[in-house]
Amino acid sequence: MSLPHPALEFAAVALELGGRAILEDIDFTVARGEFVCIIGASGCGKTTLLRLLAGLIAPSRGKVSLDGHLVAAPSPQVALVFQDYGRALLPWRTATGNVSLALEAMGVPVGERPQLIAALLAKTGLVGHADKYPSQLSGGMQQRLQIARSLAQDPAVLLMDEPFGALDAMTRQGLQDEVLRIVGERRTTVLFVTHDLDEALYLGDRLIVLAANPGRIARTLDIALPRPRNQLATRENPEFLRLRRDLFTTMQEMGA
Amino acid sequence: MKAWRGALVPVLLLALAELAFRARSGPSDSLAPPSQAIAALLGTLSDGSLLVGSAETLATLLGGLAIGSLAGLGAGLALGSSDLLRRLTFLSIEMLRPIPSVALLPLSLLIFGFGYGMEIAVIAFATFWPSLILTQSAVAQIEPRLLEVARLLRLSRWQRATKIVLPAAAPRLMTALRLAAGVALVVAVTAEIVSNPQGLGHDLMVAQETLRPARTLALLFWVGLIGWGKNAVLLRLERWLFAHRGDVDTRIAT
Repeated sequence: MSLPHPALEFAAVALELGGRAILEDIDFTVARGEFVCIIGASGCGKTTLLRLLAGLIAPSRGKVSLDGHLVAAPSPQVALVFQDYGRALLPWRTATGNVSLALEAMGVPVGERPQLIAALLAKTGLVGHADKYPSQLSGGMQQRLQIARSLAQDPAVLLMDEPFGALDAMTRQGLQDEVLRIVGERRTTVLFVTHDLDEALYLGDRLIVLAANPGRIARTLDIALPRPRNQLATRENPEFLRLRRDLFTTMQEMGA
Repeated sequence: MKAWRGALVPVLLLALAELAFRARSGPSDSLAPPSQAIAALLGTLSDGSLLVGSAETLATLLGGLAIGSLAGLGAGLALGSSDLLRRLTFLSIEMLRPIPSVALLPLSLLIFGFGYGMEIAVIAFATFWPSLILTQSAVAQIEPRLLEVARLLRLSRWQRATKIVLPAAAPRLMTALRLAAGVALVVAVTAEIVSNPQGLGHDLMVAQETLRPARTLALLFWVGLIGWGKNAVLLRLERWLFAHRGDVDTRIAT
């Protein structure tokens, strides 16, 4: 999967906020179609990495680029899924309306919207919930809806900030598989932040471990597990268990 | 429905007043028993004078409220989204806002003369401030995550205002409107009592000057009824508009 230039690149990125170093010496690249997980203790700047890529904040030093272009502002190529779906969805719009927002933002003609929305809701397992408001949906459904909205802009890069952190184990596993299926079909590049080691190993092609104060890369790890992944088989795979033990030790040594 | 329980106390008080009046002998120039007040109310209703007065008061109320709250909404949105504008206008607002709206009656009378214009102007002034301040705070309290979503989706200024800011602030804006409507009724009746010869306030003054306590009480009751009805309509509207929203508590007490 080595393409001419990487899809995403952090080059010597540092970020200071109010005189405090948040991130330091961040250097890594992500190839097109790659699924990279970022793991680390809370407060290590995981979310900040995503916000830099999304163009919501600018680095103090270094370069963040997307397909060779500096990231200066939000781009339709990049979608961000927040952990707090309850706040990121518009409570006054139905599921249809929430997905429609992204289409309206991109100037998709009114006539083309219903068909696109129906397809996105179907893809995210929300058929039959089109006319419900977020308050009428379960947490898992609301997160599906946020994912549907982010897919509406047909992004090349999907940034996910602990998207399943607030969901119960069963819902979480179902959504993990759906995200893998969806991004697999589209060959979307994914940067996935989590604090759950098993989740990171299960989903990723590669894993970046961040250390805190200031946030910096402690370790990078390739995950050579066969795809498609399977909740039972993958998690029982000896390589999965070896990586898990290895990673667990690293995290413990870091005091996370 | 146990709504009748709320009516128990006022009905009891009215009955007591009636009894107290009957126990006293002789007519009074200053007060009248509830039975006479009710008769006076039915009288003004049937001769149409009550409806004319109500129409005049409500027309100025709605006109002034519409101008004042729309202007307040616009100014509040502008100030809510621009620090520069807020700093530029801070002093002017703090100087103008404390002026009691009733104190503007003489000036308004000089400019507009008697009639709808002067009263509408003063109501607009009085309702402008609460809607300005409440709109500003409604905008300030919008979920920051939603504003980030707006940035990520690269919404234009106009899209951001119409698709995110206004709907997100709508529940608080409705509360602002309800508050401003209360202010508007107070100012309308006051203006009519103090200077403008029309509407329910003027009717009240005439009833007092012609020493008709029953009629005065009837009008007072009627003004209270209008205030209560206006509040009930706005609360209904709020519940209906926001019933499905998880972020709004629509069980607000009346």
